[in-house]
Amino acid sequence: MQSLAIETRALVRTFKTEKGHITALDNVNLKVKQGELFGLLGPNGSGKTTLIKILCTLLYPTSGEAYVSGYDVVKESNKVREIVNMVSGEESSGYGILTVRENIWLFSQLYGIPDKVAWERIDELLKLMGLEERADTRVHKISTGERQKMNLCRGLVTDPQILFLDEPTVGLDVNASRTIREYVKKWVRENGRTLFLTTHNMMEAEEMCDRVAIIDRGRILACDSPSNLKKLVSKEVVLELETSLFDGIDLPYKFSIEKNLAKNTAKMRFLLEDESVIPKIISKLTENSIKLISLKKSEPSLEDVFIQLVGRGLHE
Amino acid sequence: MNNLRRNLKAVYARAYVRIVGMNREPSWVVFTIFLPLLSVAAFVYVYKATAPPEIINSLLARVIIGGAMLAFWMNVLWGMGNNFYYEKELGNLDLYLMAPISKTSILLGMALGGMFSTTIRAIATILLGAVLFNVSFTLESPLSLGLVFLMTLTSLYGLGMLFASLFLMYGRGAWHTANLMQEPIFILSGFYFPIKFLGFFIALLASFIPLTLGIDAMNQLLGGSFAKKWSLLPVNLEILILTGLTAVFFALAVKALNFMETMSKKEGRLTLRYM
Repeated sequence: MQSLAIETRALVRTFKTEKGHITALDNVNLKVKQGELFGLLGPNGSGKTTLIKILCTLLYPTSGEAYVSGYDVVKESNKVREIVNMVSGEESSGYGILTVRENIWLFSQLYGIPDKVAWERIDELLKLMGLEERADTRVHKISTGERQKMNLCRGLVTDPQILFLDEPTVGLDVNASRTIREYVKKWVRENGRTLFLTTHNMMEAEEMCDRVAIIDRGRILACDSPSNLKKLVSKEVVLELETSLFDGIDLPYKFSIEKNLAKNTAKMRFLLEDESVIPKIISKLTENSIKLISLKKSEPSLEDVFIQLVGRGLHE
Repeated sequence: MNNLRRNLKAVYARAYVRIVGMNREPSWVVFTIFLPLLSVAAFVYVYKATAPPEIINSLLARVIIGGAMLAFWMNVLWGMGNNFYYEKELGNLDLYLMAPISKTSILLGMALGGMFSTTIRAIATILLGAVLFNVSFTLESPLSLGLVFLMTLTSLYGLGMLFASLFLMYGRGAWHTANLMQEPIFILSGFYFPIKFLGFFIALLASFIPLTLGIDAMNQLLGGSFAKKWSLLPVNLEILILTGLTAVFFALAVKALNFMETMSKKEGRLTLRYM
């Protein structure tokens, strides 16, 4: 068990709501090795955040077991807390009245980091994140992207053995996302740390992770390296269509739709067993008064794996 | 890492937000010192217009002490009671709950920071009040006064720590609860008049609020001979009761905090926004 950073066994978490019980996690079994960059890929509401909260000792499982570095998250929560940290892309934590540096320092103190070490690490992290010039700016004056970088610094300043990142780049521009991804990868590799990343961004999962688990409605559907997962759809043809915007269409094939309301277009991604059906798809679109803008064959991605496993896209 | 050291660092860090925050917003000086002086002024002029000259100084001393101590009550209600709820809304609560520290350290940090910044405001109120309304204070026993002040604050902030955990359970209702508790305490604690005049039983009931006994004791030690005539209980007994209240409120606060943390993990109410 010691060589594993994270292990869950038959993990179940349900929530009682006004409408009844919701199963957020359903019999989740995962093993994450130490030093691994592990990704959990799934749509919104699939159970990713619930799993992270259990592993960070913020929630009890309803049943099953979860271990972090061999420590039981329920019975040995204090041991777990000493070696983990979590950063969520959507968090707005911190105090606006404090500066960026002070905010990171404040949270480092909850882990008992000596002042001298904390200030040195903070300055180094801010420099690496390109936040040097904003170090003494009060947090209520910084941008969303800068805030997310600050949050990442907060997660890293305690030098955790295992870092949990929950959608770390959501809402960020391309450059800021890239900076965060590159830095985290480097930090994990150079320091022998473990990363547990949740995302619904397939590119992010593919680019960052050694292994990826695909989760939907609380169940793990597959878990392997991105390249092995893509072999699940190696025989299929991936077809990408850009069309005019439409409400809905019924087609007997596996596909995802991503709507772009700003451009008034929709991107359809088909996973086809046989490319001879392409003319049928096009004629069906035409019958429904949907205008075809472009058509191309594409390389399989993790999104296609998701479509294959679930029958719909990640963003639906 | 020594557990105690880590918890002490957490206390200091959380107190830092309060202390620094107060200094960085100059506008707070107006809201926290000059505006409360207006209600003090109102009572001062009523007493000046109606009370016999020989008891005016004792009454005005009480009003100014009450005005100064009012700052602590407001801080406990809005700065302590509502604080965990605000921390949840800000997204800080998760970070505190998942840190390897006792959650009591966070409450203690909030309390110490609040005490420090509010004490500055209270001292300013007393000095300004004394100068503006020409009130003299008779300091009889600095040691007793220091002890009364300390025990009043520790018991009051113990109550604040208890509120912090309990208010969190109410969620959005906390705002209304705090509002509901604000005005009645003005009367029950005797901020601006001797509590004895409410009758023995109401005064006894009001003694569960640490401010009631604290103000009464401070008034006896600062307000001159008439203040002693209006006293509720002897100062030493009031110190003893305040010490007992400190222990009770602190124990209840720790219990409520543990209950809240366990409930949050079981039900997910505090850490998941949609719950």
